[in-house]
Amino acid sequence: MKVLLRNPRRELDVDGPVRVDTLLRRLEINRESVLVIRSGELVPGDAELGDDDVIEIRPVISGGA
Amino acid sequence: MKCRTCRGPAIIDLKAHNANFCAEHFLAFCREQVARAIKKHRMLGPDERVLVAVSGGKDSLAVWDILLELGYQADGFVIGLGIGEYSETSTGYARAFASERGLTLHETSLRDDHGFDVPTAAEVTRRVPCSACGLSKRHLFDKAAIDGGYDAVATGHNLDDEAAVLFGNTLRWNTEYLGRQRPVLPARDGFPRKIKPLVRLGEREMAAYCVIRGIDYIVEECPMAAGNKHLRYKEALNAIEAESPGSKHAFYHEFLSKAADRFADDAAGAIADGTSELGTCTRCGSPSSNEVCAFCLLVERTADAVPVTLGERRGARR
Repeated sequence: MKVLLRNPRRELDVDGPVRVDTLLRRLEINRESVLVIRSGELVPGDAELGDDDVIEIRPVISGGA
Repeated sequence: MKCRTCRGPAIIDLKAHNANFCAEHFLAFCREQVARAIKKHRMLGPDERVLVAVSGGKDSLAVWDILLELGYQADGFVIGLGIGEYSETSTGYARAFASERGLTLHETSLRDDHGFDVPTAAEVTRRVPCSACGLSKRHLFDKAAIDGGYDAVATGHNLDDEAAVLFGNTLRWNTEYLGRQRPVLPARDGFPRKIKPLVRLGEREMAAYCVIRGIDYIVEECPMAAGNKHLRYKEALNAIEAESPGSKHAFYHEFLSKAADRFADDAAGAIADGTSELGTCTRCGSPSSNEVCAFCLLVERTADAVPVTLGERRGARR
């Protein structure tokens, strides 16, 4: 599957199927700091991502105080 | 994973609340959390007019949307900060949000209306960009609210923002700021009331709210904020939250209920010291303890500066 990451913007190829929470653990990303989006829809931690999916891992932390 | 409310398929899990929600009931949850914050902290009366400080980011657009959904009269105000393409893009999201919904969005531009921008101000003052940015926002939002006859200014500060600020203030035992860190600052001496309706919702919830509502917002980080202390505090708190869900909520809200009052004297003392001779700025008419307010001084200091292009750090002056 294609995985789009931001800040900086980059793309990874990852083999599926894989659960969302497993993917995030492998990428060492804290679930608190991102949303996982597939085709414009949010996907929860227990969802399985397929080999043909295009996934965005969107950071949610902003820096303004 | 099932929705706590309807038992249908969930699209988001909120470990801090030990709950999962479908899209419909997640939106209802967000509105309920904002309504609870407004009621508990007496932020707004039902017929009051509120000016939303909008940036084009997820939090400010979400708070504007939720206030409207809850039936409040809410207009927006956006400032062109002059942070290159980032500012143009974020202002564009604010304009699109307002025009698609037929809302009133007031605008001002630091460069066009006040003769400077944030990168140039940072260069001239030799301070971090967030300093001039925050000063300009506070001044212009306050002035717009007073001039427009609004009852309050609403900002998109969320639970993560407040927990990170509390973390920083606690690390240094900055008791004056601890005493002032409330979800509502009452109107006083020519300053408008300021409210933070998102203090019960975290950043992940606000981003999810925007995705579900189809609200486009700027996802990219402000290039001038990258690596700042506030971001590092948020990362530290999220590392704790991952191990102990609910920690951020407890840290901030238990502070409000159990500790904030203990610092009230420190905050009141600082306000009394700073405003014992509060008058008005001779240039803009805003409340100020000096003849010229800090914003007008910044305008003056930057008047002759060569505009800084992002990526450059120069000290050149015309």
